[in-house]
Amino acid sequence: MIDVLYFAWLRERIGAPKERIETDAATVADLVEELKARSEAHALAFSDISAVRVAVDQDLTEFTASLTGVREVAFFPPMTGG
Amino acid sequence: MSVRVQAEPFDMGAEVEAFTASAAGAGAVVTFSGLVRDEGGTLSSMEIEHYPGMTERALQKIHDEAVARFSLDGAMIIHRYGALRPNEQIMMVATAARHRADAFAGAEFLMDYLKSRAPFWKKETGADGTSWVAAKDEDEAALDRW
Repeated sequence: MIDVLYFAWLRERIGAPKERIETDAATVADLVEELKARSEAHALAFSDISAVRVAVDQDLTEFTASLTGVREVAFFPPMTGG
Repeated sequence: MSVRVQAEPFDMGAEVEAFTASAAGAGAVVTFSGLVRDEGGTLSSMEIEHYPGMTERALQKIHDEAVARFSLDGAMIIHRYGALRPNEQIMMVATAARHRADAFAGAEFLMDYLKSRAPFWKKETGADGTSWVAAKDEDEAALDRW
């Protein structure tokens, strides 16, 4: 089981801040494909992946990252701190 | 605490005083605070969302890197989240070093990394409704100089 978290407009489009997913996805990119199949809202949220960033177990990473042993994956738009 | 993420406002004067007192041996302290722009009176509020857990980790990493890179005697970051009004303080950084060049460079480094590597997202409500603040290309490009 992986906790999938969404922030900012991804959270709004998907309509939930978090969901627990049973998945065999090997990489983040594989997980995104599974998520897109869950609902139209998911498909819309992930329609332009270049606008989405990902963190795996709270570290910023790439969509090619492995999900082996991972507990938490978060998707969000580019950050706007400061 | 050198890194704090909080909803409450902070007293910049008191924070700088305490920080300066803790930076024994420093010859220079640089501080910066970021405010909510009122956008010519059109902004009514800003909501800052963050990623609890990752935010603290990311800020600590940025802090530690700045201290090591610029041989700082100390650095601090305070960043708020939640509902803010125009002209309120969003965040502050402070750096202390032997000499001013490192203190200034350390503060700029902290700010450049905070902009695009700390998991905060801003949502503005104004005359045209509500919208998420888009990241700027120049904020990402600013990291190239370090």
